[in-house]
Amino acid sequence: MIRFVARENVPRWLTFAVPLASVVLAAIVAGIVLAATGHNPLTTYRHIVQASITQPGAFSQTLVSMTPLMFTGLAAAVAFRMRLWNIGAEGQLYWGAIGASGAGLLFHGLPGPLLIAVMLAVGLLAGMLWASIPGVLRAYFNTNEILTTLMLNYVAANLMYYLIFDSTSYWRDLTSPSARVFPQGKNLPAAANWPALQVGSLTIPFGLLFAIGLAMLLWGMIRATRYGFEMRVLADSPSVGKYAGIRTRRKILSLMALSGGIAGLGGASQVGDFSHVLDPRGLEQAGFGYTGIVVAALARYNPFAVVVTSFFIGMLVNAGFALQGPGFPVGLTGTMEGILLFCVLGAEIFTRYRIAVRLPHRPAAAPPVEARPAVPHGGMS
Amino acid sequence: MSGINANIGISIIMTAILYGTPLVFAGIGELFAERSGVLNLGVEGMMLMGAVMAFLVSQRLPGPGWLVLLVAVLVGMAISALMALIHAFVSITLRANQIVSGLTLTIFAGVIGLSSYIAEDNGIGGKAGKHQFSDLNLFGLKNLPVIGPVLFHQSAMVYVSWLLVVGAVLYLYRTRIGLYLRSVGESPQAADAMGVSVTRYRYLHTLAGGALAGAGGSLFTLQIATNWIDGLTAGAGWIAIALVIYSFWRPELLIVGAYLYGAFTSVGFDLQARGITSIPSEFWSALPYLMTIIALVLVSVSSVRMRLGTPAGLGIPYVRGES
Repeated sequence: MIRFVARENVPRWLTFAVPLASVVLAAIVAGIVLAATGHNPLTTYRHIVQASITQPGAFSQTLVSMTPLMFTGLAAAVAFRMRLWNIGAEGQLYWGAIGASGAGLLFHGLPGPLLIAVMLAVGLLAGMLWASIPGVLRAYFNTNEILTTLMLNYVAANLMYYLIFDSTSYWRDLTSPSARVFPQGKNLPAAANWPALQVGSLTIPFGLLFAIGLAMLLWGMIRATRYGFEMRVLADSPSVGKYAGIRTRRKILSLMALSGGIAGLGGASQVGDFSHVLDPRGLEQAGFGYTGIVVAALARYNPFAVVVTSFFIGMLVNAGFALQGPGFPVGLTGTMEGILLFCVLGAEIFTRYRIAVRLPHRPAAAPPVEARPAVPHGGMS
Repeated sequence: MSGINANIGISIIMTAILYGTPLVFAGIGELFAERSGVLNLGVEGMMLMGAVMAFLVSQRLPGPGWLVLLVAVLVGMAISALMALIHAFVSITLRANQIVSGLTLTIFAGVIGLSSYIAEDNGIGGKAGKHQFSDLNLFGLKNLPVIGPVLFHQSAMVYVSWLLVVGAVLYLYRTRIGLYLRSVGESPQAADAMGVSVTRYRYLHTLAGGALAGAGGSLFTLQIATNWIDGLTAGAGWIAIALVIYSFWRPELLIVGAYLYGAFTSVGFDLQARGITSIPSEFWSALPYLMTIIALVLVSVSSVRMRLGTPAGLGIPYVRGES
């Protein structure tokens, strides 16, 4: 019989070996799925690496893909770390994009750096505001935040569509010839286009640098501040936190706002760095918020690790985008993300437990603990 | 016929049932899983897998319509049960966090996941469906006023869903296995001490939940939409999870909630079809989600909620001797 026995202490090498082994396992499982559906796994993997790293310009493109994922990954990581299941980064990012594009259009006269700061601030606030709705509901009425944050994603998406497709809102372009054929948003002024850092042939978006800075900040906050400490206590033992006098409600509210604000910054970056317009379809199809959950879970909610995992998921997303077609169906991206995350999640047990194989043997005396009372057995068959 | 359809009340009830039925299946399925203590947030993904596989079978399989539809729904149920098995293995046997595992399942199988992959690989997207569930004329009574269309002019799956609800109520409250199931969800330690296999109950009810989500999903491609678009369930799986909560884990209340949701979905369509467009369509699309939030808040505000219905062992892995 095989049993899992809890480990007294975890050997250091295991914390590296287990995730590594689970990634290898994921590659094998995904390979089986590919082969079973008539694709050559090795060719597909080679194409992914080419399209996201080795081809000219591909690496810069991967940096573009990973930028929003780092924001949404960080948003999910800080909330999930405290067992606040904010899966509304998607909608909070939409709000950030609505806010930042509105600010970019409204304050078009401001000098570049100031305008960028305003866009970031408005994006942050918009995301915080939207996330505060489920935050308040959870803090004061104990309403399940998983469902409310998710439902609000659909509401936010509808709002965004309304602004561009079904109204004459400030965001909608009503004058240009192409906008008469198909509804579209107003393009932001040039001053609202965020700069990018050019290193040789590599283009590093401003938003990416900002997100890396943010990741460091959050990492430090969780590890070294009172706020981060209280957050960890509440996560690991809510009752201890309560007796220690930590204000649970205030933590829930502030953490939801923080998480939503980070996602909102992602929306601002998407508008400022890349699209320069409020594009409901593009944002909805990208699903940055949901992919951010994968990024955060792979990083085990460590902000510093999010920088790394967002790169790998960014590779996959970028490859999916570049390789679209019969050889690389759109759905392959999510399929591979899911397989990877399942393998990493499942394998975590090997760091917490060790496997004990107990050979079946007949005990000398009847074991009192294992003996079953003579209650009719609840057989399912 | 036209006289009946002109009646807006009847038409809202009919569409409420049409849109509510997939939620009855998926909701009862999730209810079974949660009653055993397993929260499965993968419903949306499982429904999409059921929808795509049922559609694939219905497009490819030759034979008489009723047989094709039967096989299609069964295949949809089987594939979704397989999806649930992944969640069961990762969260029950490997003791991973149920919330994260369920979310992973929805990403794995969802809009940009396996369901979309299967559809694109087989080129079934955008094709008109060959077989659909049609409304029966039960006992030839469909022309009775009011109750005729509502009770006797529905598709076979609607009648199956009614039987399912009755069966679920009897199962939970009138059978010994149902009693054991509730004890596994409420107090796995006590159930284990009684000699009930917690692991087996959890596995089987999670699988049953998956199969029912698949049946619900298959209705999207075989009755509601009759074609395939990536992510066509549009959050129905999440609504099903919400339904379980605000029906206090009771099947007889769940079906009421599902039809209410269906009614909210249909009000917008109905008004727009009648040329009333002063309220933007986006409002009507968002309405069911807003109503779900309001329902969840009302349920959580009411003081009676305290432990009313929530299985105490929900979401917590059970390890003998560890808690």
